[in-house]
Amino acid sequence: MNEKSEVFVFSKENEDRVQEIISRYPEGRQASAILPLFELAQRQNGGWLPKSAIEKITEMLGLPTIRGYEVATFYTLFNLEPVGKYHIQICGTTPCMLRGSEDLKRVCKKHLKIDCKETTKDGLFTLNEVECIGACVNAPVVQINDDYYEDLTEESFLALLKDLKAGNPVTPGSALGRQGSAPLEKETSC
Amino acid sequence: MPKLLIDDREIEVPEGMTVLQAAELLGIEIPVFCYHPKLSIAGNCRMCLVEMDKSPKPIASCAMPACEGMVIRTQTPMVQKARKGVLEFLLINHPLDCPICDQGGECDLQDITMAYGGDASRFELNKRAVPDKEFGPLIETAMNRCIQCTRCVRFATEIAGVTELGAMGRGEDMEISTYVQKAITSELSGNMIDICPVGALTSKPYSYRGRPWELSHTPSIDVFDAVGSAIRIDTRGREVMRILPRQNDAVNEAWISDKTRFAYDGLKYQRLDQPYARGKDGRLSPVSWDDAFGIIVDHLQHIPGDHVGAIVGDMADAEAMVALLDLMKAMGSPHIDCRQEGIESESGPRCSYLFNTTLAGIERADFCLLVGTNPRWEAPIVNARIRKNYLYTGLPIALVGPFHELGYPVDFLGNDPLVLEGILKGKHPICTALKNAQHPLMIVGQGALRRDDGDAVLDVTRRIADKYGFIKKVQSQSRDSWNGFNVLQIAASRIAGLELGFLPGPKGYNVKGMLNAARRKKIEAIYLLGADEIDMSAFKSTFVIYQGHHGDRGAAFADVVLPGAAYTEKSGTYVNVEGRVQRGLNAIVPPGEAKEDWKIIRELSGKLGLELPYNTIEEVRERMMEINPLFDGIDQIRPASWVDFGKAGSISPEPFHPVIQNFYMTDSISRHSVTMAKCVQEILKLDKRIADHD
Repeated sequence: MNEKSEVFVFSKENEDRVQEIISRYPEGRQASAILPLFELAQRQNGGWLPKSAIEKITEMLGLPTIRGYEVATFYTLFNLEPVGKYHIQICGTTPCMLRGSEDLKRVCKKHLKIDCKETTKDGLFTLNEVECIGACVNAPVVQINDDYYEDLTEESFLALLKDLKAGNPVTPGSALGRQGSAPLEKETSC
Repeated sequence: MPKLLIDDREIEVPEGMTVLQAAELLGIEIPVFCYHPKLSIAGNCRMCLVEMDKSPKPIASCAMPACEGMVIRTQTPMVQKARKGVLEFLLINHPLDCPICDQGGECDLQDITMAYGGDASRFELNKRAVPDKEFGPLIETAMNRCIQCTRCVRFATEIAGVTELGAMGRGEDMEISTYVQKAITSELSGNMIDICPVGALTSKPYSYRGRPWELSHTPSIDVFDAVGSAIRIDTRGREVMRILPRQNDAVNEAWISDKTRFAYDGLKYQRLDQPYARGKDGRLSPVSWDDAFGIIVDHLQHIPGDHVGAIVGDMADAEAMVALLDLMKAMGSPHIDCRQEGIESESGPRCSYLFNTTLAGIERADFCLLVGTNPRWEAPIVNARIRKNYLYTGLPIALVGPFHELGYPVDFLGNDPLVLEGILKGKHPICTALKNAQHPLMIVGQGALRRDDGDAVLDVTRRIADKYGFIKKVQSQSRDSWNGFNVLQIAASRIAGLELGFLPGPKGYNVKGMLNAARRKKIEAIYLLGADEIDMSAFKSTFVIYQGHHGDRGAAFADVVLPGAAYTEKSGTYVNVEGRVQRGLNAIVPPGEAKEDWKIIRELSGKLGLELPYNTIEEVRERMMEINPLFDGIDQIRPASWVDFGKAGSISPEPFHPVIQNFYMTDSISRHSVTMAKCVQEILKLDKRIADHD
C-alpha cells in the first residue's frame, strides 16, 4: 500500500456529507458508517483510498485502525494504490470471458501498453480485471469509473479508449445501441 | 436447560452452551482449529462440522447453541467426509514442512490430519506464498503455515487489549498482519504462540532449539510477579528450554506474561555456581563451601546477635525464609525484614496486604478503582482479568495515579493522592458511581504504599472501602460475601514472608532502620537472601553475606557469596497475591556447587552451633505449618476477616510514582536475559504511548 504521510482531511462540502452519513446509523452503531465514508474519501481523493484516510475515518468512528485496514483490504472496490483518471475494470468472469473479454484485455495491452494492475505513463488509464459485475446479458462488460460499457468488441472498445484519451464525450451503456438488454432487432418472445 | 442427544447419549446443559461444549462434557472429541475456550467464537475453520437431524447440511458445532431436542451425530460417514474435505482444503496451501517446523510434534493440524484426514492431496498447482511478518523479538512467524483461524487476532483484541493484529485481504489472499510492520506491544503476546494451532507463530528464542518429545515437563509456579501463575518448565538435560503456562482458572486461566515465558535465558548467565569470598585484595575469589562457612563463622563469632540483620529478596521461597527466620531467632536478632524496598507501613492484619477479592473475583466486580497502580506491568494477568470483565460487562474503571495505557478505557482522576481524600469526603464526582456499585473493587498498588505516607494512604483507602460498601459482611465463603479491597503485591515472596512473620521483632529494625544502623555500625553483619534492590552503599563497613543465584547488585557488594538455587532448581512454596499457597517442583539441579537455599541456611546453622531442628524439606514444611497453618492448604485460599488497619495521617500531595519503570527488567534473572534486553530495545522503544506519559 502506498504511504501518504500527510493527514487526510475531508473537503468542506464533504464534511457535511460525513456528518449526514454518520447520523444515518443508530446510536452505538456508528462504526457501520465505515463503508460509505471510505467510498466518499476515495471519491474525493481521485479514485483511491490512502492510508491517511483510513486512519482518519477509523479515528472518527472510534475504531482501531487495524479494523479499517481489514475492511479496506477486504473489498476490492477500494483502491489502495493511486489509479489513473479512468479506472478500467474488465469483467473476466465466465459469460464475459466467453463473449471476448480476453480480447478487450489485449486491446489495452496493445494500445495503452498496460497489463492488469498497471497505469499508463500519462496517468490516464489503470487496468484491472474484476469478477462478475452483474451485467452478463450484455457481455462483455467493462466498468470505467462509475459507468458500464456493454456489448463491446475490440473495435468499439478501442474507439471508446481513443475518445476518452482525446477527451471526447462518450456514452455509457450498450455499444450496439440497444436499450438495456432488449433484443437488437425485434421482440423474440411475446 | 436444554436437553439434547449427542451420539445417542442424552445430556442436559445450561442455556447458552454450544453443541461443541456439550459434546466435550460427554467426552466426545470434536476436532477444532479456530475454537478456543477462552476466546470469542469465530466459526471460520469448519473443522468442527457435525451432523444434525433435520438439517440438510452439516453444522459448525462450535457456533451452534445447544437447543432442546437436538439430535447430533459426530461419527457418521457424512461427518467423516466433511472433516476429510476440510482438511484437504486446509492442506492445499499449508506447506508440508513439518520436519523443519518448530510446531512439529505438538501441532493441532498434524494431529488432526493424522486422526481425521485423508491420505493424499488432489491439488496439483503451486501453493500460495505469504511473506513472513515482523512481530518483534518474541514471536517468529512463518505465515505460509497460517490456516487463518484468527485465534491470534482475537487474542490480541480480546485478551491482550492491543488491536494491532488483523486479517488483511480476503479469500485465498487473506493474511494475518499488523499491516504496518511492527512488534506487538503487549506483555501477553507470547500466548499467541500457544494458541496458534499450527507453526505460523512460534517462539523466537526457542526456534530450532528443541523438539517437544525431547523435553521433560515439570509443573511449577512463576516468581516474576506476585500472581503465582501456573507454569510448566520444559527441560532437556540440565537446561531449561522453555516455559509454558499450565491452565489454572483460579489464577492465570491459560495465560502467562512474556517475562514469565521468556526471561528463563537469564538463568544461564551470571550464575553463582560456587561460593566466593572477598580476599585481602578486595576482590571476590572462589572458595570451597567449608571455607565460606568458616569465614562467616569467624566473623559472626565476634558480633553480638542483635547486630546482625537479614533481608530477603522478591523471589525467595517460603522454605528458605523460614530457615533464615529460625536462624536469626537462634542468633538473637530481631532485625529481619522481607520488604526489601523498605516500605514504611507496618504489616497489618491479613486483609491489609492481600488481594481479598481473589483473582477470579475480579470478574464479579461492577466498578473498579485503581490507586497508584499499573496492573499492566505489575501483574499482566490481573490486568487481563480486569479487561475480561470490561469486555463482558463494560466495567467502569477509574484511576488515581500515574497514567498508563492499560488496554481498556480508564476514567483518569489525576495523579493526586489528595483525590482519595475527596472521594472519602464524598466530594468527588466519582462518588455516585461508587455508591451505586454492588460489587465495587479497589486495587491499591505498591506505588501508593511505597512512600513515606504509605500508612496514611492505606488508611484512606480502607476508609473509602468501609464507606462505600466495598465489604459485604456476609458469612465468609458464601456466594454473596464480597471484599472489594485489594493490595496488589509485586514480589513473589512477599505474602509468604508476611504470613511467616518475616518482619522486625520487638525493637527490631526494618530495612530502612537496618540501612541507617549499618551506617552507624549498629548492624555489623547483614544476611541478604536474594535481596538485590537495596541501597548497598550503606553496607560499606558491614560484613555482607549474600545468598542467591545471580551475580547481581547484592553479590557485587558481598563479603561472602553463597550460591543458591533459582526457582527452576528447587521445590519451593510460594503464596500469591490472593494468599493462595502454591508449590513448585524442581525441574533441574542447581548449577555447579550451588544448593537449595534452605539447605545452605540449615548447614550454616550447624557450623554456627545453632543447629536448626529440620533435616528434610518435609520437616521444613512442617515447621512452616507450625508457624502458620495456612501453609497446610496447598492451592487453597483462606479469606481474611475484615478488621481496621492503617494509621491516620496526612497525605502529601506528591504524585504517586510508578513502581516498575521497565517491565522487562525487574529482577536479577530478567536483568540478565538477552531476550528481555531485546524486548526493551524493540518493544518499549516502540510503545510511544508509554513514553508519552513518562
